[in-house]
Amino acid sequence: MKIDRERLEMLKEIMALDFSSIELNLYLDTHPMDQKALAIHNDYAMKLKKLKEEYEKEYAFLTHKNVSKCPWEWIEEPWPWEIDYEMGGR
Amino acid sequence: MWVYEKKLQYPAWVEGNDIRIAKGLFAQYGGPDSELSAGIRYLTQRYTMPLNEVKAVLTDIGTEEMAHWEIIGTLIYKLIDGLDPEELRKAGLDAHYIQHGHDLYPHDAAGVPWTAAYIQAIEDPITNLTEDMGAEQKARTTYEHLINSTTDRGVIETLSFLREREVVHFQRFGESLRMVQEYMDRKKY
Repeated sequence: MKIDRERLEMLKEIMALDFSSIELNLYLDTHPMDQKALAIHNDYAMKLKKLKEEYEKEYAFLTHKNVSKCPWEWIEEPWPWEIDYEMGGR
Repeated sequence: MWVYEKKLQYPAWVEGNDIRIAKGLFAQYGGPDSELSAGIRYLTQRYTMPLNEVKAVLTDIGTEEMAHWEIIGTLIYKLIDGLDPEELRKAGLDAHYIQHGHDLYPHDAAGVPWTAAYIQAIEDPITNLTEDMGAEQKARTTYEHLINSTTDRGVIETLSFLREREVVHFQRFGESLRMVQEYMDRKKY
């Protein structure tokens, strides 16, 4: 399923930032005193929070923990496995 | 607890020119060294793990494996979406179609259903973590076999991302094992 170009770009930016956050989190689990990694993690965490809020305001819920209009917005398509990420195929 | 986020960890995509690889991808959906086995294994081993660092590693990697399970599911879904029974038969998925239609099911590449017998939890943290490191290497090798078996650029790109995650997880489990060994030495002497 194709989605609006600007929305797709923003979603992919969130996915990339979120992945960086996951990777830093795992590293910090075994290196909890690494201040440099911690600073990068905190910087990404702030950027990610802001970008997710913008996306949820502009396009769609990422989690159900949002205030919704009627009908319940969480059920809206597309679901993640349905999206054409436009990487060169479908 | 867990909260679902309506996004994938990686933008999984397929060209769709090699439908036969869908059958092979079931190795990582419901096989012995699948993402499902990995997730259930690590999340099960958390409870008795002695160090906070390693409780975190098992929780976080276990959670990430569920996201990888979803990526494999997405690849299979995209590859078989809309195929008729004849096309599925040519892709070697005739038995799958008869029992499951276009649904996914946690079985391996040969159709053997997933079982908890694929994983262990034996309390000893050194034994558990050593199994986890082996599991990551087995998953890496399976990804390499899959990558070697297809020409679909989307599948190759997506699996290359997942393969790299196995390498990172192996590294984190190795650090965890060292921390547990040091902890146990401190307790003894």
